[in-house]
Amino acid sequence: MVRIIAALVGLGFAVMAFVGFISTTIGAIQEPAKPTAEHEFHKHPRELELASNGPFGKFDNRQVQRGFQVYKEVCSACHSLNLVSFRDLSQIGYSEAEVKAIASQWALETPAPNPETGEMATRKNLPSDRFPKPFANDIAARAANNNAVPPDLSLMTKARHDGAAYVYSLITGYQNQPAELLRKFPDAKTPKGLHYNPYFANLNLAMAPPLTSAGQVQYTDGTRPTVDQMAQDVAAFLVWTAEPKLGARHLAGWAAVIFLAIFCFLAWGAYQSVWRGVKH
Amino acid sequence: MSFPWARHYEPKQPLMKWLDDRLPLPRFVYNAVGAGYPVPRNLNYFWNFGVLAGAALAIQIVTGIVLAMHFSTDANTAFNSVESIMRDVNAGWFLRYAHANGASMFLAVVYIHIGRGLYYGSYKPPREMVWLLGVVIFLLMMATAFMGYVLPWGQMSFWGAQVITGFFSAIPLVGETIRVWLLGGYAPDAAALNRFFSLHFLLPFVIAGVIILHIWALHIPGSNNPTGVEVKDEQDTVPFHPYYTAKDGFGLGVFLLIFAAVIFFAPNLLGHPDNYIPANPLSTPAHIVPEWYFLPFYAILKSFTIDFIVPAKLWGVLAMFGSILLLFFLPWLDTSPVRSANYRPVYRWFLVALLVDVLILGYVGGAEPIARNIIMGQIASAYYFLHFLVILPIVSAMERPRPLPGSITEAVLSKHGGTSPAQTAMSGGALAPAE
Repeated sequence: MVRIIAALVGLGFAVMAFVGFISTTIGAIQEPAKPTAEHEFHKHPRELELASNGPFGKFDNRQVQRGFQVYKEVCSACHSLNLVSFRDLSQIGYSEAEVKAIASQWALETPAPNPETGEMATRKNLPSDRFPKPFANDIAARAANNNAVPPDLSLMTKARHDGAAYVYSLITGYQNQPAELLRKFPDAKTPKGLHYNPYFANLNLAMAPPLTSAGQVQYTDGTRPTVDQMAQDVAAFLVWTAEPKLGARHLAGWAAVIFLAIFCFLAWGAYQSVWRGVKH
Repeated sequence: MSFPWARHYEPKQPLMKWLDDRLPLPRFVYNAVGAGYPVPRNLNYFWNFGVLAGAALAIQIVTGIVLAMHFSTDANTAFNSVESIMRDVNAGWFLRYAHANGASMFLAVVYIHIGRGLYYGSYKPPREMVWLLGVVIFLLMMATAFMGYVLPWGQMSFWGAQVITGFFSAIPLVGETIRVWLLGGYAPDAAALNRFFSLHFLLPFVIAGVIILHIWALHIPGSNNPTGVEVKDEQDTVPFHPYYTAKDGFGLGVFLLIFAAVIFFAPNLLGHPDNYIPANPLSTPAHIVPEWYFLPFYAILKSFTIDFIVPAKLWGVLAMFGSILLLFFLPWLDTSPVRSANYRPVYRWFLVALLVDVLILGYVGGAEPIARNIIMGQIASAYYFLHFLVILPIVSAMERPRPLPGSITEAVLSKHGGTSPAQTAMSGGALAPAE
């Protein structure tokens, strides 16, 4: 009885899935999926070699500091860094005095009540403060940015496929819309106020090209600030903001893996010794 | 409840003797996973995975309890509290990555454990209860894993909760009411997050309880083995300790090695980037996909596209739950007296087909919903149900199994070149470790 009911239930589901299969197939033949501009012109991010890549990776503090400078002078005008505090900068090689100076000289101040009147005001940033937000709220952000909210960058390299490579490719990927795209998809013309970028999922994004000319940021360590270099540096910086413990993690990883490899070797020896002479 | 030759616990130390007279807990452990539990001598590495699953649960509970000390159960602060664990809590990144990947490792070893049971017929009499309790554990694990994934309150957390609780709205008439009641609102929000956290904390302990029943039920008939032939005498078994504790120790080491490699070198490999974006009810992700361990079932859900008597959505939901619940009936669907697929020349090929089928479903579950993938999913879903509910009973009735070895010992010895039993000093006495 169980088997008869089971067979009926099984046939029922199988037939329903099979009818679905036939209908999907007919549908796909009668109306093949139309190619889309996103599908044909979206590009996979370009490779990006960073010191933090791979199981031995650790941050190149000089590069991360340069990236921080790019964030400070370019990105921070629109993008917040909610999860990072000024004090965290000591992890990438800034001294305590430097962190204090960076915090107090930051262009935006931290909102805080006036200690005498209690009225909302701002004060200079302390090392313990998070990076101040460029917009008071999403509505203000939208109003200032062509109806798009600039996303927080703290976790950006973990919140997109291919992380740092995506950030690097996106920043350097702006171009004019290819003529071929417009020929094939006349409706897909980049709307006014948006910018064509083949690395962005739907090809058109609200952010204007942020890095436009070499020397936009003046590096103090002698590195030539080409657009490509600045893009790589800011990507490296955002890897650090998203995963500040990466270096410690890799180091701990090797300790753990070596320990466990020795453990496995000994455990295997114990296993062999216990089973010696017992056929199994 | 055990074999007559099972060794008995004899405490020698006065303190252990005193304890044994009053609370025989050491005796209980001795009989459960110590020298008092005789186990077939021919178990292969697939028999390591039960212990590994237990270890994975223990790791989840320990890391989870510490994480709960730092987690904020509030829709406004949950996401940032997880990030604060990553950045400000001592070794917080380790705890969180161990817990998030621990769920994947737990499900992975349990899938292998279930596959072992399917291949070697461990669900057959007299072990039906072991299997049934195992399916209960699997269901509890799925519920726990799902609710845990919601807690960080990222985009996939939120939309995953939206989709999964949406299943209930497929129930005719009362569905929407049930969904709202379960969520405590019209969409996942503060109320849902709080109750998911509460249940996510509770269920692992329920799982631990059912595992005790699972092992208890296992100890009545004793462990199955790769030949599927029952234990006949003392020669067929070795004491669990030290033989299988030693083997499990090695297995555990390999498991932890792989686990550590994932935690330290690729902790986000199995996650979805969208879950690093805070939950936003106003922005739907391009592709809502569950964690990898749910993908085959998600593919089955999406494969039912035809309205017939009831809407396609309800068919999908019924099929998805059915695809798991049918496992409860397996002991009565497979009537073949032979357990191990090693001796079932036809069935084993269908099992290979099932494995391929589930892998295809897994691929389809995570792939873009274009026609080619949907078609693949629909064929694979049809086979999934046919396999368990139609093919399996027919094959068990028609198939001619290969001859079984006379005993476990005979199978072992023939594998090692056919020495006669007399030549091998295999007896409980010879094997007894010095105590």
